[in-house]
Amino acid sequence: MDYFLELFFGGLTRGSIYALIALGYTMVYGIIQLINFAHGEIYMIGAFTALIAASVLTLLGFNGFSLLCLAGLIAVIYSAAYGYTMEKIAYKPLRQAPRLSPLISAIGMSIFLQNYVLLAQTSDFLSFPALIPEIAFLDRFAAFMMPSEVIIFVTTAVVMICLTVFIKFTRIGKAMRATSQDKTMAMLLGVNVDRVISVTFIIGSALAAVGGVLISSHIGQINFYIGFIAGIKAFTAAVLGGIGSIPGAVLGGLILGWTESFATGYVSSDYEDVFAFGLLVFILIFRPAGILGKSSSEKV
Amino acid sequence: MKSFFVSLVTIMAILCLSGTVLAGDTIKIGVAGAHSGDLASYGLPSLNAAQLVIDDVNAKGGILGKKVELIRVDDVCKPEVAANAAQKLVSDKVDAVVGHICSGATKAALGIYRDAKINVISPSATNVELTKSGEYPNFFRTIAPDDAQARLEVDFAMKKLKSKRFAVIHDKGDYGKGLAEFAKGFLDKAGAKVVLFEGITPGAVDYTAIVNKIKQAKADAVIFGGYHPEAAKIVMTMRKKRMTTAFISDDGVKDDTFIKVAGKYAEGVYATGPIDTSKSPQAIAAIEQHKKRFNADPGAFYLNAYAATQALLGAIAKAGSTDYAAVSKALRTQWVETPLGKISFDAKGDAKGIGFSMYVVKNGRYVLAN
Repeated sequence: MDYFLELFFGGLTRGSIYALIALGYTMVYGIIQLINFAHGEIYMIGAFTALIAASVLTLLGFNGFSLLCLAGLIAVIYSAAYGYTMEKIAYKPLRQAPRLSPLISAIGMSIFLQNYVLLAQTSDFLSFPALIPEIAFLDRFAAFMMPSEVIIFVTTAVVMICLTVFIKFTRIGKAMRATSQDKTMAMLLGVNVDRVISVTFIIGSALAAVGGVLISSHIGQINFYIGFIAGIKAFTAAVLGGIGSIPGAVLGGLILGWTESFATGYVSSDYEDVFAFGLLVFILIFRPAGILGKSSSEKV
Repeated sequence: MKSFFVSLVTIMAILCLSGTVLAGDTIKIGVAGAHSGDLASYGLPSLNAAQLVIDDVNAKGGILGKKVELIRVDDVCKPEVAANAAQKLVSDKVDAVVGHICSGATKAALGIYRDAKINVISPSATNVELTKSGEYPNFFRTIAPDDAQARLEVDFAMKKLKSKRFAVIHDKGDYGKGLAEFAKGFLDKAGAKVVLFEGITPGAVDYTAIVNKIKQAKADAVIFGGYHPEAAKIVMTMRKKRMTTAFISDDGVKDDTFIKVAGKYAEGVYATGPIDTSKSPQAIAAIEQHKKRFNADPGAFYLNAYAATQALLGAIAKAGSTDYAAVSKALRTQWVETPLGKISFDAKGDAKGIGFSMYVVKNGRYVLAN
């Protein structure tokens, strides 16, 4: 039973990691039907920025929770700026183009950002400080779930709730829903679609940065390539749960995490990816739009 | 249309001509390895070593009256890129190659060099099949093969650490999996219990699942075949979960980057590495040379690459030409004084006079374990 619980919590952590990044993917897709392949790179840039910020702040004497929050805040602002600029450069000019063009542009942006960081920083693996402080009362659960894992899971849950509330109950949330339903009509009704899309990217990038800071603190090392791997898995999670649906992203992430964890634990680590992607194919055969996705019929 | 054709032919002719300038005036040595990317810390010291040795030789007037030229290609330790790099060196008409660095990349490139009759000498590719299979008579190396490493790891774990239950993990690559399979073979023969034998995907987000499995299997030692990024992640996860399981790994982990990344969690990690000959006068001189020229301490496989380049150039000088068969024979019959000691090569291409030692991380540095 112990073993099952350990695998369960391990999968929960991994799933939360995927979910946190998948939320950004799903948000952008929900609004402009674009799979932002460069999202993983924003996650990576957030991690690098947090590392640099944390190094500077530690020299200035900060530590503990305030260090985490401040470094995280700087990373979020910086990544949000990247997301906003990226949208203006790579996606806005292609809004009227066929669906494939912004997709290729996104892939190009992803490669560009990877190599930009590679040249601007280093190709080495860099050690990332454990910014998440040890929380005393969680210590006895250390065998099951480390404090950093609990924080990641709690953050994912909180973010998901906040996003859902934001989309459902605020004015700009309503504008986002309108834009995703029918962009032209929303424009005709006076919604500032440009601003809505920018806000979407900013929020998505901010989430990616939060993920970058927390996950890198948990794993302990970063490298210019981490965005690619994390991005692929998170994209899979988003599709699995239904791309465009926010609870779907979290559900997809958790299911993917649990599948991988249990597959490794009870079968073999060799087949971890086989199980994960096999599950994806299986789900897509029966629910092509993902588990919580809505299959939308195109109005002619 | 006709003028277009004419200009096209003219341009092609000019491009072809520029390739045939200065053929045969120098002895071309190709140096291939990971010069960028996450495993660059393995390849750059070898590049520096080759450069220093070649500069020394040229300062003394070259070999056989010709200067030696270094041609570098980067394969980022990836097999597909290595094949391309090999093609490029072959088309550049190199006389011999020092490289590659990673076993997978070397394996991908060797066939291309063999068909082009080019001798290859690697300072770090340790996969056993590269020499033992007999498929690559053009391949030599100045490092002991992986079965020697695996043997050392198993013996050390069983005799010194008295471990009984082993979890053997690898990264599914040629190097890591090869090592792990040898380790498992030796463990089975010695009667030890192998409670786990599994591969992990390199570059994954986290490895909690496999660590859980190691814990569940109640292993008292982990033997890991693979490179330092994955090793760092696994060790950190293990130690954060308060596991005291011994972690024994290979020369892909005996690298200062591992200690830098894993930080305090690297303490007590065991890794095999080339025998430390750095107290010999030749080695001290070579290390000083690197410090003076590049303002830094040399890194992994530096002395191996130094020895490899010396052996290669020495063989060319002794053979009196860059002819493939003559150099091959010279490498197998001559003994060369190098920072690694006096070495030669056996019929299969393995070095005679070279071995591995076990190191442990103590106080943030790798020291000899006893």
